[in-house]
Amino acid sequence: MSYDTGFGASSFGKPPPSSFGAPPPGGQGQVDSEMKSFLEMESQKAQLQQQIHKLNDVCWDLCVDKPREKMDGRTETCLCNCVDRFVDTSLLVAGRFQNLINKHQ
Amino acid sequence: MDFSKLDPSKKDEVMDQVKQQLALANAQELLQKISEKCFKKCITKPGTTLDSSEQRCVAMCMDRYMDSWNLVSRTFSNRLQKEAGRLS
Repeated sequence: MSYDTGFGASSFGKPPPSSFGAPPPGGQGQVDSEMKSFLEMESQKAQLQQQIHKLNDVCWDLCVDKPREKMDGRTETCLCNCVDRFVDTSLLVAGRFQNLINKHQ
Repeated sequence: MDFSKLDPSKKDEVMDQVKQQLALANAQELLQKISEKCFKKCITKPGTTLDSSEQRCVAMCMDRYMDSWNLVSRTFSNRLQKEAGRLS
């Protein structure tokens, strides 16, 4: 039983390509925009992680019964379906909401 | 804070700090969720101590919660990429 916390940025696949790895030659405006895009990227990553916490919270309650030695296939399928149906639901709601707005304009 | 006045080494330091703080916030959120979820699953009748079967349950629950987190993370990221591809 390991407490391997494989939840870092690495579990999102690739860390963002470091387009800001090598500092661009001089120029204060460039330094600024580099920092700006870095912060935007980090903020997006934080938002994504927050969404995952929320999703996992919801789907854990729906899919996981008693914690077992290993995650079984049924639970895994349930978790995957849960995530995809949640996204479907969000898209459906957003679409209908957009329709409502259009109708009332 | 005026970032344009930062020299490059200072800037790297600030970036590292931002990353570290976000990682810390993420870990804290995870910790809090695990405590809450696993308490609910494993301690149904709180006794005078945390007995060994409860401790085993909590340990297992913690591992499974992280498995679940990683699976949800992967599934969600894949879906986002698919949706982004559909838009472009």
